[in-house]
Amino acid sequence: MSTHGPLSEEGLVRLLSHTGERLDHPDFGRYASELDAARLRRMWHDMTVVRAFDQEATSLQRQGELGLWVQAVGQEAAQIGSGHALRSSDFVFPSYREHGVAHTRGVDLPEILRIFRGLQHGAWDPAAHGFHLYTLVIGAHALHATGYAMAMARDGLVGTGQETDGAVVCYFGDGATSQGDVNEALTFAAVNDAPIVFFVQNNQFAISESTTRQSRVPLAQRGAGFGVPSVRVDGNDVIASYAVTQWALQHARSGAGPVLIEAFTYRMGAHTTSDDPTRYRSHADEAYWAERDPIARLETYLRGIGELSDEAVEAARAEAKELGRRTRETVKAWGRPETATMFDHVYAEPHATVAAERAWFSRYERSFADQGAHA
Amino acid sequence: MTTMTMAGAINRGLRAAMERDPKVLLMGEDIGQLGGVFRVTDGLWKDFGGDRVMDTPLAESGIVGTAIGMAMRGYRPVVEIQFDGFIFPAYNQITTQLAKMHYRSQGMITLPVVIRVPFAGGIGAVEHHSESPEALFAHTAGLRVVSPATPQDAFDMIQQAIASPDPVLFLEPKARYWDKGEVDESRVAAQLEGEHAASAATAEMSRGRVAREGSDVTLVAYGPTMRLALQAAEVAGADGTSVEVIDLRSVSPLDSDTVLRSAKRTGRVVIVHEAPTAFGPGAELSARVTEQAFFHLHAPVLRVGGFHAPYPGSKLEHDYLPSLDRVLDAVDRVMTH
Repeated sequence: MSTHGPLSEEGLVRLLSHTGERLDHPDFGRYASELDAARLRRMWHDMTVVRAFDQEATSLQRQGELGLWVQAVGQEAAQIGSGHALRSSDFVFPSYREHGVAHTRGVDLPEILRIFRGLQHGAWDPAAHGFHLYTLVIGAHALHATGYAMAMARDGLVGTGQETDGAVVCYFGDGATSQGDVNEALTFAAVNDAPIVFFVQNNQFAISESTTRQSRVPLAQRGAGFGVPSVRVDGNDVIASYAVTQWALQHARSGAGPVLIEAFTYRMGAHTTSDDPTRYRSHADEAYWAERDPIARLETYLRGIGELSDEAVEAARAEAKELGRRTRETVKAWGRPETATMFDHVYAEPHATVAAERAWFSRYERSFADQGAHA
Repeated sequence: MTTMTMAGAINRGLRAAMERDPKVLLMGEDIGQLGGVFRVTDGLWKDFGGDRVMDTPLAESGIVGTAIGMAMRGYRPVVEIQFDGFIFPAYNQITTQLAKMHYRSQGMITLPVVIRVPFAGGIGAVEHHSESPEALFAHTAGLRVVSPATPQDAFDMIQQAIASPDPVLFLEPKARYWDKGEVDESRVAAQLEGEHAASAATAEMSRGRVAREGSDVTLVAYGPTMRLALQAAEVAGADGTSVEVIDLRSVSPLDSDTVLRSAKRTGRVVIVHEAPTAFGPGAELSARVTEQAFFHLHAPVLRVGGFHAPYPGSKLEHDYLPSLDRVLDAVDRVMTH
């Protein structure tokens, strides 16, 4: 590990060591005080289930059932920890790897695969879950998130001290921090005191490029130039990820403006199922991070304090297996959408070109049916 | 009826929309205290305050991107891009996000965002201040692209664009900002208070119009070239050629039905716009006329427009832009074919 720069462990908030010892932190320790054993068990359970789903989706892609899959293995603590800090008055703008956060927002995991099976581009109701659709153009959603947060402040949903106070959490990766849109989002959020938490998962890779190709400094340092308070957290520590997000959300919901969190983690899988990490990283690197597995460390801790029984582990395994079965069956049962649906929702109001092309296509398809009838 | 300039008519239309709906807000560079570099938002900051007439950071992608986020929470942002050539930093947000969100969300998210752009040339400006990028946006499904040519249309169409649930590129012919005309403010007000106002407004904004009747040649224009087209019709008329002028008003959708009705009578079509002719709106319209009125045509459809060269320095712009002579030359060619 380097001691400086974007891959160093400089300044990381950590409340659970990689060997499973509980730590304290002078500034952020108290934000984890509400995490009792039952809540931690829930987080462990969520991480376990999400990883199993992820592995099932990878298998389905290998079997040709999905066009592509985007793995989130290794990032469960950053996602489940931050997701657990959210409440219903908050709104999330994910990138496209936030399956764990989706789970905490009540999105039924198999539904995500509608996108990757090529049925449609969005697969859930954003308003119902407080969870916007995935955005594939890197960093583009950071501006939508900022505008949404500006609108929340206008609507009086900030700084009242009530449960209705909310904030936006916008997730993106280390690569996105180089995008103009992310930098513009930080500018707009800062000058407007927008209630938004920018949650950067630095998983160390933008496909094949190391974070050292994006930055000379730890990404959390980017915040200072915008006047945005920032924190660096061990993203493989679910307790610390929860704590810093809780702090950030309280800050944003109070009307004090935006916050930047850099969760330093590691993408244990490939960028997507089309990627080949053996071309750009070593087995030694992967082994180093395998020892820092976010799920294993919480499991070690909970077992050590006698709060994770064999029965609980077995129950989680059974649930994960059942989710895998349900995912397989759900995906395979999906039919092909009607072709004409590709003309739906291009516009909210009728548009002559769409109407003409839809009508033409319908006549064209019918012409084959007519030929068949005459033959 | 009140006499207004086009800039004044847009200003009055924005004011009316803001008074009608508290969710309407304006975003852009220098639109507040300054009133915009063309003064189109003059006085609105003073009367509605900085929360509704927002001076934004100098970042076009940021303006459009945050407008998308605000629209997701029910606001109706009207964005000003200062000049046509500065829309490109926002091109990604407009084409991959604004245009596609309704589709991506299967209709769950509507984005009623209006992007106002002072566009086209003829004002002796420096580089990037005279461009006509409408084809780029008309080529993108999910966007509506309109351009008024008169103060009345400017007043009506800006309000119709704001009322529409779809994103609209509202292209303002900047060389025509100070042309005056009579404006009836009551008609669109009644439409927007009526039942199905958004649908009626969207449909009307999308229709072209016969601006001058004629029988020999159909001359099609919109926005910046409408005055030129009417002038050409006048001159040709004096020479004995009866020219029908159609104001498209909307580039997407393209009201080809109105053009086809005329083309089937005249059998001769000339299209004139400032945008480059290659792959321009005239190419699309020409293709539609050829496909749907081929046997009515007496001559090939001709286009008069900008060239496949960057917009030149202002000393040359009058040779780059369609001129009266070039339009009359095209009219002569379709007549003598």
